[in-house]
Amino acid sequence: MKYVDEYRDPELAEGVVSAIREKSRTPVRFMEVCGTHTVAIFRSGLKELLPETVTLISGPGCPVCVTAPEDIDRVIMLCRQPEVTVATFGDLMRVPGSDSSLHQEKARGADVRMVYASFDALELARKHKDRMIVMLGIGFETTIPTIAAALHQARQEGLENFLVFSAHKLLPPALDALLSAEEVHIDGFLCPGHVTTIIGTNPYQKVVNRYGKPCAISGFEPVDILQSLYILISQIEEARCEVEIQYTRAVRPEGNPRAREMMDEVFEHAEGLWRGLGPIPQSGLMLREKYRAHAAESHYDLTVPPAGEMPGCRCGEVLRGVCTPPECDLFRKRCTPTDPYGPCMVSSEGTCAAYFKYHPE
Amino acid sequence: MKTERIQMDHGAGGRASQDLVAKTFIPALANPILTELNDSALLEFQGVRLAMSTDSYVVDPIFFPGGDIGSLAVHGTVNDLAMRGAQPSYLSVGFILEEGLELTDLERLVTSMAAAAKEAGVQVVAADTKVVDRGKADRIFINTAGVGTIAPGVNVAGQNARPGDIVLINGPMGDHGVAVLSTREGLSFQTAIESDSASLNGLVEAMLATSNKIHVLRDPTRGGVATALNEVAKQSGIGIRLAESNLPVRPEVNAACEMLGLDPLYVANEGKALVFVAPEDAELVLNAMRQHPLGREACVIGEVVREHPERVVLQTEIGGRRIVDMLSGEQLPRIC
Repeated sequence: MKYVDEYRDPELAEGVVSAIREKSRTPVRFMEVCGTHTVAIFRSGLKELLPETVTLISGPGCPVCVTAPEDIDRVIMLCRQPEVTVATFGDLMRVPGSDSSLHQEKARGADVRMVYASFDALELARKHKDRMIVMLGIGFETTIPTIAAALHQARQEGLENFLVFSAHKLLPPALDALLSAEEVHIDGFLCPGHVTTIIGTNPYQKVVNRYGKPCAISGFEPVDILQSLYILISQIEEARCEVEIQYTRAVRPEGNPRAREMMDEVFEHAEGLWRGLGPIPQSGLMLREKYRAHAAESHYDLTVPPAGEMPGCRCGEVLRGVCTPPECDLFRKRCTPTDPYGPCMVSSEGTCAAYFKYHPE
Repeated sequence: MKTERIQMDHGAGGRASQDLVAKTFIPALANPILTELNDSALLEFQGVRLAMSTDSYVVDPIFFPGGDIGSLAVHGTVNDLAMRGAQPSYLSVGFILEEGLELTDLERLVTSMAAAAKEAGVQVVAADTKVVDRGKADRIFINTAGVGTIAPGVNVAGQNARPGDIVLINGPMGDHGVAVLSTREGLSFQTAIESDSASLNGLVEAMLATSNKIHVLRDPTRGGVATALNEVAKQSGIGIRLAESNLPVRPEVNAACEMLGLDPLYVANEGKALVFVAPEDAELVLNAMRQHPLGREACVIGEVVREHPERVVLQTEIGGRRIVDMLSGEQLPRIC
């Protein structure tokens, strides 16, 4: 596959690894923000190739993992309505709410459909006019424009039975929250290439200017990640601090203004509730007045009590980079991919699931 | 969270399926033959060794590129027998039909079954039909059972892998799963990939004729190559080492998996065999495979090691290492 195979090339990888080994002097801790990066790092066994000076910690970039239990409870309420068909990306199926998951509700008879694109959900709404199709809006800036475009289209077609439950999250406010909390020491960020294709590099300037942490916008193949680590290490060794794009084949500094316009047309900023990080101002999205008729909460009362603590679960700390999966007492015991307890074990992009599935020890 | 009802995972062939077998079926039905948990049971009958197997087919859609539920129902059971080193002879078939199924579709499927049976050299010798109300099944479900004979000297079973064994496969992974998936409603995605659905008894016969050092045969159906290798690692108490650069995947399958977030190691195959053979005979068996139409793209994918027993470890393309775990959860429902 073009644009993929060359970034898995063993010789190229070896070259970058030696360059990293040569360059790296100062012990550093970099956070990979994005769940896709976490998986790529574990899947390629890349950590083993790095010198001892470089530590990678996983961050809050798995959209499923950071979805608040209260939002899962709301989704469960929705799927229990007899006229509702819930359309969702697959990963959300197993995420535990307070007392159930979509997966369990489906076994009990709820109409839950896995879709690969928001327009597939739109098609369901066209086909099944007698059903209320609720698309679950989970995810970061990468998926938000497609949901926005579907909503835009639904409004134009007058598809009144197409609803969206928006639990979207915006990434830059989360980085800000993480850094201002000063709970975990981070020397630089491996930033998500796909999110950046939309938002551009501007939002990371704050991380650089205010917190003095280098940012590398990285692709998702092993060589991409190695090159991005080299970028970060070079900046630190040369006492520089900037936003650099490694993933130049996809990311432009200005991002994708049209996609942002579409997001802005449909959504406005609101407080976002994050699992592990709590409420973060301006990090969530709600449908604008003009589109409010397509908001799930306009049709259903989705008031839920605050979710209780999950005793023993350290997913919140894992998401903030404070602890690693094996440091949690439940890991591999009470919490496995088959019978997950915490969300980081549920999503295929969750840090615990990646650790469980791929880590050789 | 307590699981109290059957969920789709229980049929996915991975960890949940194994749990169901271990906790629900085995305690009630246990006997030494069943408990071996091989693709087929081995029965000793007045000096003759018989293999017996059964499997049910619920694939959706019932017609897919490269096959249909009828031929699949023959191939699947023939292969379960062949993976025990048996020469399949007889099949039984049970149809569960949904009210409203078009008769022409049923006829097409039965014709396809007949052709598959003829090609595999097996006869359908017993059959049953049930019809259920509309909505109580999805068009057609098929169960087949089969018996075959195991030649003297052949001893192929999941428990027999030994350190040093070479692991071979007869062609690229994931064709069946991706072919079926490409036709599913709601997936606006087309590919030219055809299912690899085929009877492997001819290929197995050719391999067994060249070497008596084939220790394990396993068809990586649901749960894919990763799950099948984990099962063998567990049954034999050995470790398996794979090299990523040796894993055969068609570029189209790779691209589809990349797009859908699937790992070809976990995608179902219906015409593939994993072969564990003593190192001294590996070359011989590989050549025999390559001379058979269903083994032209056969290759080495790994080896059996003493280290990390019951684990499959992959040397990644860039030189790192990672575990290849068994499938947990459901990657694609109703693939066979």
